[in-house]
Amino acid sequence: MLKIIKNRFEQGCKTSEYPKKPISLYRRYRGMPVINGQCSEEIVDRCAALCPQDAINSEEKSIDLGRCVFCGQCEAEGDGEFVRFSTNFELGSASRKALVTTGEMPDLADHSRRHFKKLFGRSLQLRQVSAAGCNSCEADTNVLNTPFFDLSRFGIDFVASPRHADGIHVTGPVSRNMKQALLATYEAVPSPKVVIASGSCAISGGPFYGSDEIVGDLNSLIPVDLYIPGCPPHPLTTLHALLKFFKQ
Amino acid sequence: MDNLLRIKNGVAVLRSSIPRVDYGDFFRTLSEFVKNDGFIVQFFAYEENGQYRLVAVVRNHDLYVLQTEVGTIFKSFTGAVSEKFHMFEREIAEQYGLKPDGHPWLKMVRYHENYSGEKDVFANDYSKEIPGNYPYFAIGGESIHEVGVGPVHAGIIEPGHFRFQCAGEEVLHLEIQLGYQHRGIEKMMPKLPQKRYPIVAESIAGDTAVGHNLCLCQGIEALAGLGVDKKASIVRCIALELERIANHVGDLGALSGDVAFNPPAAYLGRIRGEFLNLLQVLCGNRFGKGLLRPGGVAHLMGEEQCLLIKEKIAEIRPEIEHVCDLLFTAHTVLARFENTGTVAYQTAKDLGLVGYAGRACGLAYDVRVAFPSECYRELGTNRNRVINGDVNSRATVRREEIMHSLTLIDTLVKMYEQDGDIPTAVRAGEHRLAPDAFVVTVNEGWRGEVSHCILTDSAGKIVRYKIKDPSFHNWTGLAMSLRNQEISDFPLCNKSFNLSYCGFDL
Repeated sequence: MLKIIKNRFEQGCKTSEYPKKPISLYRRYRGMPVINGQCSEEIVDRCAALCPQDAINSEEKSIDLGRCVFCGQCEAEGDGEFVRFSTNFELGSASRKALVTTGEMPDLADHSRRHFKKLFGRSLQLRQVSAAGCNSCEADTNVLNTPFFDLSRFGIDFVASPRHADGIHVTGPVSRNMKQALLATYEAVPSPKVVIASGSCAISGGPFYGSDEIVGDLNSLIPVDLYIPGCPPHPLTTLHALLKFFKQ
Repeated sequence: MDNLLRIKNGVAVLRSSIPRVDYGDFFRTLSEFVKNDGFIVQFFAYEENGQYRLVAVVRNHDLYVLQTEVGTIFKSFTGAVSEKFHMFEREIAEQYGLKPDGHPWLKMVRYHENYSGEKDVFANDYSKEIPGNYPYFAIGGESIHEVGVGPVHAGIIEPGHFRFQCAGEEVLHLEIQLGYQHRGIEKMMPKLPQKRYPIVAESIAGDTAVGHNLCLCQGIEALAGLGVDKKASIVRCIALELERIANHVGDLGALSGDVAFNPPAAYLGRIRGEFLNLLQVLCGNRFGKGLLRPGGVAHLMGEEQCLLIKEKIAEIRPEIEHVCDLLFTAHTVLARFENTGTVAYQTAKDLGLVGYAGRACGLAYDVRVAFPSECYRELGTNRNRVINGDVNSRATVRREEIMHSLTLIDTLVKMYEQDGDIPTAVRAGEHRLAPDAFVVTVNEGWRGEVSHCILTDSAGKIVRYKIKDPSFHNWTGLAMSLRNQEISDFPLCNKSFNLSYCGFDL
């Protein structure tokens, strides 16, 4: 008992004050890209050729955040002439199109559907489905339940049964072998329901695009309402997206 | 023994130098080796010029390789020689349509069409999506009941199916069927441009991003003749140890949660995040993605990063000590940890368990000691004291490894600061790979022995990329740990192993 109390004092309160107070991530973190539209075509072409995810469109000078794994190779090319990654972790989007960015993203709060806010703004129960995810998306979703993020203080919880859920949160490129279980889980969630695609895998197949063992695009199976890019998305990216989309 | 070619971890050899013996010799040599305290690192098939070859990489205190040519059927080792071959043979059957004749439990591993176009060994029609819907080992009898769990589980966890045969609360047998996470990685690797390799390797198992990518990078370096700066090598070791600590800390917290002792669960869950954040300090990603690239690392440490790591570790070390003390002295915890999910030393040895699961049973094997790569030759080793094979042993081994790794990181940061070299960060690029070459790399990922194996053709193109996650050995260990346990102890046993679904499924 004494040990519990002693540890309790040592640990103190670690819960983040985000979103009431802003939070800053270490400068090496790669978030929202800052794109230089004036960059020479030669450098953009080099970046596009270098990109392992083929996420850069050199004609439009855009980056598809749904394909990008934020590896930072393009930033290293030409000393960041074309793109630099900022520490802005607010990357969630209600539309797939808006993820193809030239440096701007529409504000998620205005973009999201009003009736979701009305229905789920005060209480949101999600069922997580890992559909061939590498477990980093899953792990960084799980940490939202740790004391630092303490997700349930916002009325958001991950539940055990799809019957208790308002929607599903899907990670992974959807392997052929998980397709059925994913669809069954989706069916089991009572309507109206939301679908969240988390991580580049669920959005575009991620590192595995082109494999014939995966579906590679969740939206081609079931309609996606909210996209959370990243490989994996930072927990704050997920938290921000959930709060903006459902609460504000 | 004379047939076997001795090789070194991460050193390429010509494929022609690997002895190619007839199957009879292959069978005899491997049988003898495995029966004399030998273990399997890799055992796989590949196809070249319409012929099938089996390659075995085995270890005792050294690494050896041997190959043979087979038709579509070969004599199984599993029943006749050792259980260590069990999963490998099933994998060969599934990947190439080659049947291990006499295999006692020949069943698909992941459920996918084979690569070779041979007749399917399991007579499956893969246009039908029936993963998991195949026969399971069943026990008959009036008082026997069956419990099926998964693939979708109650929590944020990867998918897999567990089938229990129970008499009342007691589990007589557990069969674990995976494959839901299969993304076809081995099949796609040879077709990819090199720029995609590290990205894929980092996502084989996201919690072992550094471990798997390290194996890939060392393999490419061996084939392309690339050297790695000392300082880059140090950064790699720091990342591997941070990954180990983060996972061990998180799992100790989860174990605590599983026995309903909440304070350490909350504290350790939060402390795990501190280590992920240190990986983010290193490379901008909480899982170490984007850090290792063939030829070195993409991000080096400056004074700032060294200082941040040193300070954080100094701050957090006593906290971990105190919370671990709280966890391991609580009698309610010990009552649940001790004598639960025991795997006997002999069973562990027969199955060839690796990593902390093996060490908790008394198999001391640690790749960092046995086949050290990077800076590990210069670093201190660790010895585990509690080796009873139960949940408590697996938890204690992890506790000891956390403390050991913290010390390693301190040493590594000092080494980094004292080294006078000024290395450069590397970028992913295309490298010319040695033709007709073979390389195997092994590293001690946090779960145990991670191994990659690369074969190139006469043009230096990759013809076969073989990946093995430690979970490939250890899932069977989890199944054995459940024998004669109460089914309610499954979550605890499962968490004490915490194996990778996607690392197994590839």
